[in-house]
Amino acid sequence: MSLVDVHDLHKRYKPDAPEAVAGIDFSVSEGEIFGLLGPNGAGKTTTIGVITTRVKATSGHVVVDGVDVSKAPVAVKRRIAVVPQLSNLDRALTALENLTFHAAYFGASRGERRRQALELLDRFGLAERANDSVNDFSGGMAQRLMIARALMHDPRLLILDEPTTGLDPQSRLFLWETMLDLRNRGTTLILTTHDMAEADRLCHRIAIIDHGKIIALDTPRGLRRLLPAEAGIELVLETPTDPAGDFAGVGGVARLDTAEVEDGRWRVRLYGEGEALADEALAASRRDGASLVELKRIEGSLEDVFVHLTGREMR
Amino acid sequence: MSEARAVQFRAFFALCERDLWVTIRHEPVSFLSQALLQPIFFLFVFGRVLPEIGAAGPRYGTTLLPGIMALTLVLTSLQNTALPLVIEFSFTKEIEDRLLAPLPTVWVGAQKMVIAALRGIVAAALILPLGELILPGGVHLDNMSWIGLIAIWLAGSIAGAAMGLLLGTAVPPNRISVAFAIVLTPLIFTGATFYPWQSLDHLPWFQVLTLFNPLTYVSEGSRAALTALPHLGTGWIALGLAVSLLVFGGLGLRGFVRRAVD
Repeated sequence: MSLVDVHDLHKRYKPDAPEAVAGIDFSVSEGEIFGLLGPNGAGKTTTIGVITTRVKATSGHVVVDGVDVSKAPVAVKRRIAVVPQLSNLDRALTALENLTFHAAYFGASRGERRRQALELLDRFGLAERANDSVNDFSGGMAQRLMIARALMHDPRLLILDEPTTGLDPQSRLFLWETMLDLRNRGTTLILTTHDMAEADRLCHRIAIIDHGKIIALDTPRGLRRLLPAEAGIELVLETPTDPAGDFAGVGGVARLDTAEVEDGRWRVRLYGEGEALADEALAASRRDGASLVELKRIEGSLEDVFVHLTGREMR
Repeated sequence: MSEARAVQFRAFFALCERDLWVTIRHEPVSFLSQALLQPIFFLFVFGRVLPEIGAAGPRYGTTLLPGIMALTLVLTSLQNTALPLVIEFSFTKEIEDRLLAPLPTVWVGAQKMVIAALRGIVAAALILPLGELILPGGVHLDNMSWIGLIAIWLAGSIAGAAMGLLLGTAVPPNRISVAFAIVLTPLIFTGATFYPWQSLDHLPWFQVLTLFNPLTYVSEGSRAALTALPHLGTGWIALGLAVSLLVFGGLGLRGFVRRAVD
């Protein structure tokens, strides 16, 4: 079951401007963590804007939980929550009030919203700051409070815009765990990010957007396979001499390189694909009495794929 | 009422509740000083100092008071939509949480107007006791019409809030201080605040000019409701207020929706 359907989405902000989004299609399944990757200005924010009712599509459809965004934006707002990149907390209110008033907008009763707010503040490590003004909150605390606020009305879809940009490693890890935890509780997540490690670790599927179009959409694994020249097997052998010759006969190898990493230890990289690559490489390593120290698969990183697809030019 | 409608009304009232809570609990001092400091000085200097030194007649305070109430009403309402909107749309982005609340975008703009108008009415009402304290001989009200006053206050405050909504959403944030200077000063001084409109007979060009200022109708309306002084005909007052409400209300709400949804 897909929770979000984006179909042939186009957006042009001004008649003479180029299209910010030039025909995007994708679906997000229930319970999925879906990543939108792309350089600055690629169209991610516009796409998120349409899903969250803040941007009107020039053409195309976006349906959230069976509701057309352009036809029933209020019904969509009840189903979604957004955690923006920069704090948009209500600075006139305390942390607790930020949560309770948000829930009030969504019609929660007084007792219910207080109970839930205290519970979430506790879960996000903010219980002691409940009655403090959010003005003095650090970036990480503001981010946690915004996620808590988003959860106050129990959204089916949570959208996070570059959630970990600018956070310290502890906050980042905490956020990652929180996102996985939410997924396990059945919330669907869409996140935009520049952080490839984050996308790789969290997302079930990733769409790479550039110039307003999706140029690749797959699992992180699937995306990495888009760079066949970067995939293969790496071995580390204990042998006094360059073992390159031993591997010359291994089938399906597009490229081979060897390097002495320490005294008497050689690293061999065999780039190529094929079921038997590891077995053949292993067999080849046994010749000449070399002993195997390490064997692992090498894959192109998501970052390699991203740069490969979107180019090196800065935006 | 359908369930969907009920959700929207609940959201609307919750937004109002938040604003009232903030006004009363977190920023009563800033609200009162922003709303009342200027009128207090106008009342003191124009209503007390000038008559005392012989630069104005001894009964000038009676003419001045309704004008100052109108000025406070309109300016407080205007500033309470314009300033927060500029800040919330451009800098703090606080508006986003409201725009994602389950109610139509245009209601969020209307809600801002309702609260700003309410603040304007509270500030204007406080001018009466302040006038009693500041003006020589206190406040003299003859021929007062409560119904007229309530009607003027409702219409004037909403018109002021609508002007603020337009200003706050139409002007880019980097120009807002210029826009305020260009809009507020003429608004204050061409609004029949310090003089009854009819006394401008000798300055016909200025008399006509003041008719383009919505504040003129609020000032004259307050004079009509509170005193026996000569004033603009009530039909004209009603027409001026109705046109102001329609024009600024329409433009303000449209400006808000445009700003909120790209």
